[in-house]
Amino acid sequence: MSWQIGGRALQSRFFLGTAGYPSPDILQQAIAASGAQVVTMGLKRQLAHGAQAGDFFSLIKATGAHLLPNTAGCRTAREAVTLAAMARELFDTRWIKLEVVGDEHTLQPDPFELLIAAEQLVKDGFEVFPYCTDDLVSCRRLLDAGCRILMPWGAPIGSGQGLVNPYALRTLRARLPDVPLIVDAGIGSPADAVQAMELGFDAVLLNSAVAHAIDPVTMARAFRLGVEAGRLAYEAGVMARQDMAVASTPVTGQPFLL
Amino acid sequence: MNPADHPDATRPAAAALIRISVNGLPQSVPAMTLAQWVASAGAAPESLATAVNGEFVARDARAARLLRDGDAVMSFQPIQGG
Repeated sequence: MSWQIGGRALQSRFFLGTAGYPSPDILQQAIAASGAQVVTMGLKRQLAHGAQAGDFFSLIKATGAHLLPNTAGCRTAREAVTLAAMARELFDTRWIKLEVVGDEHTLQPDPFELLIAAEQLVKDGFEVFPYCTDDLVSCRRLLDAGCRILMPWGAPIGSGQGLVNPYALRTLRARLPDVPLIVDAGIGSPADAVQAMELGFDAVLLNSAVAHAIDPVTMARAFRLGVEAGRLAYEAGVMARQDMAVASTPVTGQPFLL
Repeated sequence: MNPADHPDATRPAAAALIRISVNGLPQSVPAMTLAQWVASAGAAPESLATAVNGEFVARDARAARLLRDGDAVMSFQPIQGG
């Protein structure tokens, strides 16, 4: 089933990151196994005497996936806006995953710099995919600034902890029903992706959970199935939880007493 | 007259080196435009993005951007990322 995001129609709700795989070959196979139609990439300053890194970019382009460049490594709005302009030219896309980090250990978004950067990038014509916290008011400010998409974290980047605050994510889904919401960061296993999709999130973005698995290619496939299962479950309407038992077999009275 | 000796002839004068930094390392280079610098680095123009003194310089603006003494040139390339 097709869905719309950032002006594009996609079949897959699984966005995949391209960092930290054991080899370019495994990365390529993992992207194929995942069915992902959106992959993230970064950009960084070249080493003064470093070789060109053309092969990696060609490999990613050959997959045919839509590119979602990120502003990883930026600490200020100014850095992120400058990096985004370079990304738009290099990757030939107006899509940008906006990352402005406020703490070295948790790599949590800096909500203040993120907002300033988002406002500027929206004005500059970007489709901003902000990597944000799960704070509802911060999310609202990003939408007021012109963002049409939100990507709240599940847990710190690369931590594999899963959804550490499902209450907050559930709140975002309930209070922002018409906004495309993508859980980004911290997903560890397919169960976490299923949980996010069952909450009604529109997609998940993950990287380490596949790249750092023992067998990334098989894990990519597992996540593909998980994301599909979670979405189907959400659309099918999960049964209501009950505190006590509700008998499923229709018995009247006590069948063994004649 | 030898065309090279004409007063209006432009040529890189050996004395007119400028001191810039390139991706953090100081370098002395002949006066040149950013586009010429990209070419001198052996890079295809579309393979990297450029900034001078922290400001993005678009690919089609590189030929008009003359590098000056003290400029900090940075080039950026695609990398893996999450």
